[in-house]
Amino acid sequence: MRLVFALFTGLIFGIGIAFSGMMNPAKVLNFFDLAGTWDPSLAFVMGGALIITFIGYRLVWRRDAPLFGGRFQVPTSTDIDGKLIGGSALFGVGWGIAGFCPGAALPALGTGRWEVVLFIAAVVVGFFLRRLLTPINRSGATA
Amino acid sequence: METDFTPLASFGGGLAIGLSAVLLMLGLGRIMGATGIMSGLVFAENKDEALWRGAMVIGMVLAPGLIYAVTGTMPAVDVPVSPAMVAIGGVVVGLGASLGSGCTSGHGVCGLSRLSIRSLIAVPIFMATAALTVFIIRHVFGG
Repeated sequence: MRLVFALFTGLIFGIGIAFSGMMNPAKVLNFFDLAGTWDPSLAFVMGGALIITFIGYRLVWRRDAPLFGGRFQVPTSTDIDGKLIGGSALFGVGWGIAGFCPGAALPALGTGRWEVVLFIAAVVVGFFLRRLLTPINRSGATA
Repeated sequence: METDFTPLASFGGGLAIGLSAVLLMLGLGRIMGATGIMSGLVFAENKDEALWRGAMVIGMVLAPGLIYAVTGTMPAVDVPVSPAMVAIGGVVVGLGASLGSGCTSGHGVCGLSRLSIRSLIAVPIFMATAALTVFIIRHVFGG
């Protein structure tokens, strides 16, 4: 049941990404092209997502534990370090070069476009590069 | 390449993205960051950690096909950059997002809604470097 729930959650995420326009690099790059063919649509994606998570998370956290057991695993670090700043700066550069980000590319795999496969493979190469550069204490990379 | 301004579809897609983030917290108690899900799948610590992430990714990948089945139209993926840029951008995204512990979904949606100080720093940085990168590529080099 837990895995069916996870699959269903991924499906809703993918439908949202598809309708929002996030999986279309032409649209993403235009969002950042303030001096050219600017398309502000993606600000509405972030707005819609934040309204739901801002309220929804707080309702969920009234519970003692998640539906399928375990505990709520929320990052607690407040360190503002070079890895956070440099890594985020690099991520933006890559996003501006390719027009895809990881959350948009995963559902975009379902369109069967080879560029998406190339992008995902390149992201995985980037993950391995990061492991070569600095030792890591745990595998999760979440905010 | 011009793209249409789609505030309603983008806002609606954003609501669905937010809903999936809330559902993942409710069901499994986890943050929905695509970078964390991908790297957690590549460098899985144990079978269970790989299984729920794998189920989520399968759900995501099924989304475009489901949309095609219902509406008769595949979500647009227009890639206005060269394959080399997709590959280079992908490596930089993978390296940067893993160093910075998050991307648009992890820091942008989940982190901002939690008012995480790390995400409040990371998001303006990657939005700014993405815009700067697009400006340089399109208006300085004229790509």
